[in-house]
Amino acid sequence: MVRRDFLRKTSLSGLGIAGLGSIGGFAGLGGLIARTASTETPTAGSTRWGLAILTTDFSRNPEIIKACHQAHNVPDIPDKKQKIKWIWEDNAQAAFSEGLPSRLAGELETRSFLLLCNHCANPACVRVCPTRATFKRSDGIVAMDYHRCIGCRFCMAACPYGARSFNFHNPAPYLPASHPAFPARMRGVVEKCAFCSERLPLGLAPYCVEAAKDAMIFGNLNDPDSEISHALHGRLSLTRRPELGTGPSVYYIL
Amino acid sequence: MYNVKAILTGLLVFMAIFTSPFWLNQLGVDYKRPALAMPVGEKECLAPTDYMRGEHMRLLNEWRDLALRQGERLYTDARGRTWEINLQNTCQGCHNDRAAFCDACHVSNSVSPYCWNCHLEAKGKS
Amino acid sequence: MLELALRPSPRFRLWLAALAVLLVAGLIAYLVQSKAGLSVTGLSRDVSWGLYISQFTYFVGVAAGAVMLLLPTYFHHYQDFKKLIILGEFMAVAAVGMCLLFIFADLGQPQRILNILLHPSPKSVMFWDMLALSGYLLLNLVIGWTTLKSEQHDLPPPPWIKRLIWISIFWAFSIHTVTGFLYAGLPGRPYWFTAIMVPRFLASAFCSGPAILLLLCLALKKLAGFTPGDRGVRGLTTIITYALGINIFFYAMELFTAFYSGIPGHARPIVFLFSGHEGQIYWINYWMWACAGMGISSLFLLLNPQTRHHPQILPWSLGFLVTATWIDKSLGLIIGGFTPNTFGGITEYIPSLTEICITLGVYAAGLILLSVLWKIVLEVRRGP
Repeated sequence: MVRRDFLRKTSLSGLGIAGLGSIGGFAGLGGLIARTASTETPTAGSTRWGLAILTTDFSRNPEIIKACHQAHNVPDIPDKKQKIKWIWEDNAQAAFSEGLPSRLAGELETRSFLLLCNHCANPACVRVCPTRATFKRSDGIVAMDYHRCIGCRFCMAACPYGARSFNFHNPAPYLPASHPAFPARMRGVVEKCAFCSERLPLGLAPYCVEAAKDAMIFGNLNDPDSEISHALHGRLSLTRRPELGTGPSVYYIL
Repeated sequence: MYNVKAILTGLLVFMAIFTSPFWLNQLGVDYKRPALAMPVGEKECLAPTDYMRGEHMRLLNEWRDLALRQGERLYTDARGRTWEINLQNTCQGCHNDRAAFCDACHVSNSVSPYCWNCHLEAKGKS
Repeated sequence: MLELALRPSPRFRLWLAALAVLLVAGLIAYLVQSKAGLSVTGLSRDVSWGLYISQFTYFVGVAAGAVMLLLPTYFHHYQDFKKLIILGEFMAVAAVGMCLLFIFADLGQPQRILNILLHPSPKSVMFWDMLALSGYLLLNLVIGWTTLKSEQHDLPPPPWIKRLIWISIFWAFSIHTVTGFLYAGLPGRPYWFTAIMVPRFLASAFCSGPAILLLLCLALKKLAGFTPGDRGVRGLTTIITYALGINIFFYAMELFTAFYSGIPGHARPIVFLFSGHEGQIYWINYWMWACAGMGISSLFLLLNPQTRHHPQILPWSLGFLVTATWIDKSLGLIIGGFTPNTFGGITEYIPSLTEICITLGVYAAGLILLSVLWKIVLEVRRGP
């Protein structure tokens, strides 16, 4: 909203770059400036899907990962270096790098954090994609069009969270034994979590949230009365690498 | 001009080879439209058969963009009926035999769309 | 004019045949890759770009380097590069051709490459890079061909060519600027996230491009009796010396910022490149030290007036320079950008044999194009 207003005003006042920007879709100077300002501003009336993870309970992580990967036909590639992951776990250091104090409370150090696409407010992957195969939907979900991806892997270089996987192999031989209804992917495209955008219109929560029971809360970050907003309100939560200005939509409640 | 004979012969040979598909086609049998297994109990798709035969790929592309990019999951056809935009369930819900419907025509036209690399195929009644 | 490339010369044919063998080996390797996907490369989740993109980056620089001949000639009326200019332009053509092939080899779905045009996305630097590169290819091809045609008929080049050359001078800067932006605008990659990335790219390009050209010219002098002209060689050597000095100075500035600030993110990739991780040594460490050693020796040899123009030493200084800039801007750049990964972990990248074969195949293709174009130039100058 802030950004749109800014663009409209600047182009009306005839500020060349931003004017050109709103016509050609080019993120002109105005867009860039407004973007850094609007990362965290909730916009009333619109949807921005987000996820809050209660990190104290991580016992169900393997189940959660399995639920997602099975349902989404994520291949199980044996080669560790070329694995495909939509959601996975890692320790605090890997998840937050310098974002945590170097001396963690003992228990926190052993916690396992679920990592997945952050569905950023300012996704770097979307910015760099040369074909708009990855794009941001109006509900905040960073989606992928696997039909269009040319496999240049620019988005993987741009993503600071390692949330994107490339199909080095033909995934078909590595698919889960049971064949879920969700389509698979083909060799040579990049894939990642899509916040279960196929389930949301049916009123269903993402698979991970369903499998996590109460350890994950999914909802509209823009709605102050949503469960997720209440859960985050007044509690200490972290996002990954906030200093990069990407505006993650996945919160970790400590 | 040098080597007129060689050049002209070369050109003629090239033209002959280049246009050979047209000539050879005259000798062969006429193209016969393959018999397709039409869905039982359904009279018409979301558009007339002629249109669907020629333009289904365009429609599928439109559907793909609507569903994926606009999040638009419902499609209203010319007769006002509403369909869920879904290749796997809507299209293949009626056309439930890939080999006898989709492939029959694709094979005889030498096209190999990669839809089923990712989308689950309908295997027909078993 | 193209028929001049066919003028009989057994040595030239042998050279082309050797390159063709290499090209075929590359094509076979590419067939393997297109059958099995990029799984046959050494690439991984963590190091998702490798040899192909590194070579692409280096050769964009080589292509841009040709401008170091044009700029003095057309902005400063410097006369001594006249004989070398067309060679430089054709070298740029071959280099850009190689860049396009490297991009193509790197794609997971190469048959969809036109999606970049079908769904233009002006926010993506890669979109602009594609426009810049194809424009530069066209400019150099037109300029080179037209001036050579006029030379063949002993006519002055048409007046509009001068305007194109002016455009191409600015265009050369733009191609490497945009290529630098591919890297410098990414969050979470501290080795690339530096405002001096584009200046470094340009400095590296302006020493390595002319150095390769000069080396090839010296080879031509031996093999085909081509005389680049003493003053031209001296002038170009001077330019190369300045650019190399600036390039090394810029790298030293990176070192200062990374280590004096004490911010771990910026220092880590450099530490990894030169000394590995937690006591473990990786193959790239040797290469990076070789790079530093050769870069500094080359600068030393080029700065010292006794060795700078010495005909026996010059090829060595240039060879060191080319190797050093190649390691820095291809292997070092890519590996440093991806290691450590975003989780602070180390995933080693080792190019696979298939990858190396494909890369050599692209080199062969580039050299074939270059050889044919240069042969035409030499034959035109030899006269009918």
